[in-house]
Amino acid sequence: MAEFTLPKNSKIQSGKHYPAKGARKPKTFKVYRWSPDDDQNPRVDTYEIDLAACGPMVLDALLKIKNEIDPTLTLRRSCREGICGSCAMNIDGTNTLACTKAIGDCGSGEVKIYPLPHMPVVKDLVPDLTHFYAQYASIKPWIRTQSPAPARERLQSPEDRKQLDGYYECILCACCSTSCPSYWWNGDRYLGPAILLQAYRWIADSRDEVTGERLDDLEDPFKLYRCHTIMNCARTCPKGLNPAKAIAEIKKLMVERRS
Amino acid sequence: MSAYPKEYRSPLKKARGLGSAQHGVSHWWVQRVTAVALVALGIWLVTLVLRMLHADYATARELVARPWNAVLLIAFVVTAFWHAVLGLQVVIEDYVHTRWKEATLLMAIKFIAVLATLAGVLAVLRIALGA
Repeated sequence: MAEFTLPKNSKIQSGKHYPAKGARKPKTFKVYRWSPDDDQNPRVDTYEIDLAACGPMVLDALLKIKNEIDPTLTLRRSCREGICGSCAMNIDGTNTLACTKAIGDCGSGEVKIYPLPHMPVVKDLVPDLTHFYAQYASIKPWIRTQSPAPARERLQSPEDRKQLDGYYECILCACCSTSCPSYWWNGDRYLGPAILLQAYRWIADSRDEVTGERLDDLEDPFKLYRCHTIMNCARTCPKGLNPAKAIAEIKKLMVERRS
Repeated sequence: MSAYPKEYRSPLKKARGLGSAQHGVSHWWVQRVTAVALVALGIWLVTLVLRMLHADYATARELVARPWNAVLLIAFVVTAFWHAVLGLQVVIEDYVHTRWKEATLLMAIKFIAVLATLAGVLAVLRIALGA
């Protein structure tokens, strides 16, 4: 059966508490901690910080914790403007980007921060996305053509270019895939919303010449049809995209080419 | 120090797995078609049951025996079990990850659905043909 409870060595324990002394605007963050280097269970550390001396975003708070309170806190971040997807994590119960999630938009109480759900953890807030990236590689995410290359770039009409809107913006942060229960239970075989959105991005591209082959590769009870339109993907996407729509478009094409 | 056991197969090898099964669209499509059919048949069934609610045994039998009612009842029985077996298959594939249990359950639901369909159809036919 699918496992619904955590194994013994994954049960989360309460961790250290770092109070903020003399804070004008105190805010409490509860952050998931786990290290592969000791044999400890994961724990949740409590950090209080002064919002009066902190930037507005959750990433600002995490970096303040790392710089000023606890340098062992481990997280990925890079662009701090929602374009690289590195700082995807579960904040206040929702997968999103720490850099574009305002502290003010979190609940009024303490803010809980966990790594992306149901992924192996490398350390603290860093999930292992190896399989996710391998699944991305498996859909061959580049233009594939048979016609010889033209002297200049391959052209596309403005209308055809419009077909990619809502798909090309995906930054592969994995928020959607790791919010999907189907991906939790069957992520070894199910491609998940992010990769299927990317697959559709190439199916929808007027310059790509292997649409049928791409559909062949996806026609599978697990790769594609584990999507049960739960819609967590669309609800959680920090870029406001709708992976479920991309999946529905693929399913429509699957039916369309049969009759 | 790696937190994971040594792994020699590449991530891409694992992601590709056994490749595409080249089917799945029929299952998905038939599930939708039977769902649409069941909406119509379901509404009709409710009206039939309402008419039987306060009827005596002989009147109820006579209602079932009417050709249109018998045909639609058989259609309902076949469609309902067909749809149910497709849906249950998905649930089992989703949650049962021990291969032998999964295969056994998948076979069992098909046997049960076929037997139940045959029993339902026979029951309607016996009444309709006055056996």
